[in-house]
Amino acid sequence: MLSKIVRTVTNEFMLFIVVFGLYIIAHGHLTPGGGFQGGAVIVSGVVMLLVAFNSQELKKTLSERVLSIMESTGALIFIALAFAGIGAAFFYNFLVGTPILGRIPATGPNPGDIWTGGVIPLMNLAVGLKVVAGLSAVVLALALFSSGEEMEE
Amino acid sequence: MRKVVGLIVLPVVIAFLVSGMLLLIHPFGYPDASDMDDYIIQNAQEETGSNNVVTSVVFDYRGFDTLGEATILFTAVTGVLLLLRTEKRRREGS
Repeated sequence: MLSKIVRTVTNEFMLFIVVFGLYIIAHGHLTPGGGFQGGAVIVSGVVMLLVAFNSQELKKTLSERVLSIMESTGALIFIALAFAGIGAAFFYNFLVGTPILGRIPATGPNPGDIWTGGVIPLMNLAVGLKVVAGLSAVVLALALFSSGEEMEE
Repeated sequence: MRKVVGLIVLPVVIAFLVSGMLLLIHPFGYPDASDMDDYIIQNAQEETGSNNVVTSVVFDYRGFDTLGEATILFTAVTGVLLLLRTEKRRREGS
């Protein structure tokens, strides 16, 4: 565990990192980025927590069971959204044109509207959840393993 | 002897690879067939409603590829967690 200054600054910065990651995930259909990239940003915050605190301390907050459930939930939502459009095709964007997230932007440069994209923002959220949980579990498991203590069930 | 042969062969191999790369590489930015690119750039915003055309390709036109990507991540996480747990069980058993 590092000094109190490092721990305090880490705690303060974690909020901004999570907000930035959520922004990248949620605006995946408007700006560069998406589920994978935003998830990696949040996981970088988790790694920062892992450096500032030690892995035993972090294990009390992030349990492997919860992370596994989160990752599986993300994967299942992703596949369910892919199958939801199976009437036309696998991965068919069935929400375009509907009131839910279905607005269609003008072709060419435009300011952008968050309520567009059909299933793409939902898939970004699912993949983001999956990446955050999966990579956090990997990093935490490796850190606990190298510190000589494994994760609990 | 092996070092001498290696010192002679290595530059030849490197020169062969670099010259092949420089002579045979496709000019960047000039695809042979641009029908698909043009179609996606013209129609992606209207068909998927997504301003970010790259995301519309990744999650809509080529969604199956992203499914594979997600499967790779899932497999990697499962593998890491399984391996580290096996280590714990083995140590407890011995």
